[in-house]
Amino acid sequence: MSSPADRRYSESHEWFLVEGDLVTIGITTHATDALTDITYVEMKSAGATLAAGDSAGEVESVKTTSDIYTAVAGEVAEANTAVVDDPSLVNSDPFGEGWLVRIKTADTTPLESLMDAAAYDQMNG
Amino acid sequence: MVAKDPGDRYRAAMPETTTLTRSPLHNFHVEHKAKIVEYAGWELPLHYGSIGEEHLWTRSSGSIFDVSHMGRLRISGRHARRFLDRVCTRLVRGMQEGQCRYGLICNETGGCLDDVLVYCFSDDDYMVVCNGANREKITTHFNRVKADESLVFKMVDETESTCMCAIQGPKVMELLGKVSREVPTLKRYRFTVKNVLVMKIIVSRTGYTGEDGVEVILGAKFARQALGMLLKDIGVEGGVVRPAGLGARDSLRMEAGMPLYGHELDEQTDPISAGLGFAVKLDKGESDEQEGRFIGQDALQRIAANGPERKLVGLKLDGRRSPRQGMSVFDGDRVVGTVTSGCPSPTLGHPIGMAYVPAEMAEVGTTVRIDLGGGTDAEIVKLPLYKRP
Repeated sequence: MSSPADRRYSESHEWFLVEGDLVTIGITTHATDALTDITYVEMKSAGATLAAGDSAGEVESVKTTSDIYTAVAGEVAEANTAVVDDPSLVNSDPFGEGWLVRIKTADTTPLESLMDAAAYDQMNG
Repeated sequence: MVAKDPGDRYRAAMPETTTLTRSPLHNFHVEHKAKIVEYAGWELPLHYGSIGEEHLWTRSSGSIFDVSHMGRLRISGRHARRFLDRVCTRLVRGMQEGQCRYGLICNETGGCLDDVLVYCFSDDDYMVVCNGANREKITTHFNRVKADESLVFKMVDETESTCMCAIQGPKVMELLGKVSREVPTLKRYRFTVKNVLVMKIIVSRTGYTGEDGVEVILGAKFARQALGMLLKDIGVEGGVVRPAGLGARDSLRMEAGMPLYGHELDEQTDPISAGLGFAVKLDKGESDEQEGRFIGQDALQRIAANGPERKLVGLKLDGRRSPRQGMSVFDGDRVVGTVTSGCPSPTLGHPIGMAYVPAEMAEVGTTVRIDLGGGTDAEIVKLPLYKRP
């Protein structure tokens, strides 16, 4: 299964999709495969200021609670309320409806050092 | 995405160059679309699609878990019994053939090196089943005691020449009645050795899920074939017994209030504090010299006499956020303890956990706070958190 080619990927299994000055963050199929059954999502609220490398929130499954990290600095523009109401969306559509948070950033250069889809898929064998 | 649970982080961070051991059932897992992860140096199934569903299926029907990574050390010969009574907190002398006993291997200060199951085949032939992650440490410890005390026995590590599976769930014993008349008559913590074709199969009525069921040990070479036969005979296609992974095994044992080494138990934690006093023969060797005394006995006698300073308790939380290993337990603003395990309980429908708290706070009904984004109340509840109806 290949990951979408339109975005960048971190080693800790977040994806980053750039649209203008907005960066949408979610987790990959590889991540949801490991976690299974996501039971709870809590993201930083709109207006929160984050530095690159900060935790943007948490995703919880039976197995574990994980911090979700942002690779870009900026202000939270929107947290996905749909996944808060129905965390299983992250499992069923991690690259689409199951996105987690959107950050307004002035600088997307940190994403250049992240992996593209091919490199990310190769890392996960 | 980085797991908050340090145990989980460790597993994720294992260097890729480490040679991993594969279970004899590896191909079975792959065929059943398992998510394979590394655990204790082994490649093992984390789940086959959904941890939550596998958990609930174990509680309502039955599951088969590959636990081949558990260490299996056969200990036999002249001083086998004397040696085991020296290293194990539980009494081994007087065990009957076909009996299993749960016990701890302690250091001199009473801290746990591991928790184990001792199988008695005869009064000079035993097997110790230990945690996979502790196999090397325990082997080294056993060899050191053997040398220091000039004991004569043979220790054979049978872990990689055998395979071990747990079959657990309310419908399991009835199903096993289809292939064996004897197995359903086994009492808890008893085992039998069955000869099937050329295979020797050890079947014990033991487990780690809080459900009825068995654990099975058999030769690695025949494991895949035997599993196929068994699942065909008891009807895996009908779906009564389905494969389940380590993820469900962990959440099941948490509900059942069973300790996991590295979480509730470690070398700084004694079994009395962990609520495992039943597995410690505090007066070993005192009325019957033949029993001998075990390593750590003096320390554990002192702890038992003074009462442990902290105790393992169950936690019940409202809301959706779960306590996880390493989180602090608060009394007001004061840190009083640490969470050892936690998860959203699939059976109970609310978050649960286990934690060490000061003995004086361990009373059921006490409210503590867990550091979950601003602090969440948790109620101290009795262990086990779940008991089968």
